[in-house]
Amino acid sequence: MAKEYPGTPLKSKDFKKALKTKYTPSAEYAWSAGQAINSFLNGLKEGRILGIKCRGCKRILVPPRAFCEECFISVEDWVELKDTGRVNTFAISYLDTMANRIKKPIIPAVIEIDGAGGNGFLHILGEVDPKKVKFGMKVKAVWKPAKERKGDITDIKYFKPLKGGD
Amino acid sequence: MPRRVAVIGAGMTKFMRRAKETPKELAFEATRMALNSSGLELNDIEAVALGTAPDAFDGVHMKGEYLSDGAGSFLKPYTRSFVGGGTGVFCGAHGWWHIASGMFDTCLVVAEEKMSSAHPHPQGAFLTIFDNLIERNLGPNLVWIFALEMNRYMKAHDIKKEDIALVSVKNKGNALDHPCAQLGMKITVEDVLNSEVLAYPVQRLDISPTSDGAAALVLASEEVAKRVTDDPIWIEGVGWNVDTTIWTNRDLYYPRYVEYAARMAYKMAGIHNPPKDIDFAEPYDPFDYKELHHMEGLQLCKKGEAPILTREGVTARDGDLPTCPSGGALGVGNPIAATGVMKLCELFWQLRGEAGKRQIPGDPRTGVAQAWGDLMQVGTVVVMRR
Ligand SMILES: [Zn+2]
Repeated sequence: MAKEYPGTPLKSKDFKKALKTKYTPSAEYAWSAGQAINSFLNGLKEGRILGIKCRGCKRILVPPRAFCEECFISVEDWVELKDTGRVNTFAISYLDTMANRIKKPIIPAVIEIDGAGGNGFLHILGEVDPKKVKFGMKVKAVWKPAKERKGDITDIKYFKPLKGGD
Repeated sequence: MPRRVAVIGAGMTKFMRRAKETPKELAFEATRMALNSSGLELNDIEAVALGTAPDAFDGVHMKGEYLSDGAGSFLKPYTRSFVGGGTGVFCGAHGWWHIASGMFDTCLVVAEEKMSSAHPHPQGAFLTIFDNLIERNLGPNLVWIFALEMNRYMKAHDIKKEDIALVSVKNKGNALDHPCAQLGMKITVEDVLNSEVLAYPVQRLDISPTSDGAAALVLASEEVAKRVTDDPIWIEGVGWNVDTTIWTNRDLYYPRYVEYAARMAYKMAGIHNPPKDIDFAEPYDPFDYKELHHMEGLQLCKKGEAPILTREGVTARDGDLPTCPSGGALGVGNPIAATGVMKLCELFWQLRGEAGKRQIPGDPRTGVAQAWGDLMQVGTVVVMRR
């Protein structure tokens, strides 16, 4: 099949001569946190992790939502969960948010919050040697001091290995 | 009862890191080539199904409408579909229902992506995928979700990185035979394992490149197809499915939504035993482990078995079940939406026996293409037969 395929690759140096428009968009958004996450974030401000129980499927939903996507009914039964959990999965990232290389890695992890039947959320691990992170490792939230909390996911600084956990 | 839908032409541009052509010019080149190969002219085309990823890549708002002239849409019924990385293969379904429904007799399927415009890197355009209320303030990077998913998959089945690296070796090797490929090369497992660690377990050579490119198909009803070609390829099954964005509440080791999309397409195509009934596959491979993950979701093997099949050579181009004979996203390149249509083009060329040096031996009759995207939640599947 001797087809001629269209397309003209440019070299890196050709591209330096490209027509560029640079602008810094003023992209600021004020989001309403909604019925469910609003309460979740307020809980974090108080140093508490809140879940919500669906009366249909009986799941404990965390992060909480105003409705269960499976049963498609409103959920209202708030439950306070422990601030401990287990590492469901993790990564050791040498990239920051903008993909810049970093020497000291960030360890993102999905934390299954205790009592939530395997449900949980994304956070960061701290006070741990990256080589020693294990699947299923018991972890505990390290909170910012109460007066520094503002109702944000970062009110938990990170999760650290729980002493005496396995 | 849906009408039969044929693919009667295909075209694509080279995939490259930076194209001189504008997005609209790339779309035009691929579309023009597809029309030429079909024997139809633009006047014969009744509708256009376009796919392209977020406007933020290009910095051009309403990019679909901007591209529309290049996709042959001038003064025609036109729609754009978008399901993240799943868009390209979804476009096949999008075009299919235009004709299957009886509304149109011909339809262009076009996808274009230009990722080189966003500076310094399109990475920035991906970040708003993370939950705005409880994830973004953690400072996530797009590679994180792949690393978290890959690690979970490896843990669930005790898979070694060496076995996953074989996918990268295979696909980049296959791409050496693709005239449009950006990253065809001969590499070894050691090269992958020694490449820079970006977010463990993800390393540099586990990832597909950012690319510019376009690809297109011409679809026709049975009546039109039989008039213009002796060699139509039939779209026999389409499927798509979406899971919730609340990705931390599902077990990432297995893509259930891909399974559901595949089952939908297989039911339509009368496929009961996928590994036997399907001759070759183009699973979406933006990362090497994703090909394996998707083979399992596509029911081409049991859960955890895809790395073993790869190690045993079953998925090589001359194996029993070749995967990504094109070279895939890892080798041909990954201009997101265009990658999916490139995979549909590969099914068409392989089934017609027009794949040149890439031709799978043994006269393949049935192929499946699949793509995946959004927040690890979308599966899109198309089955074609000769
Ligand atoms: Zn429920």
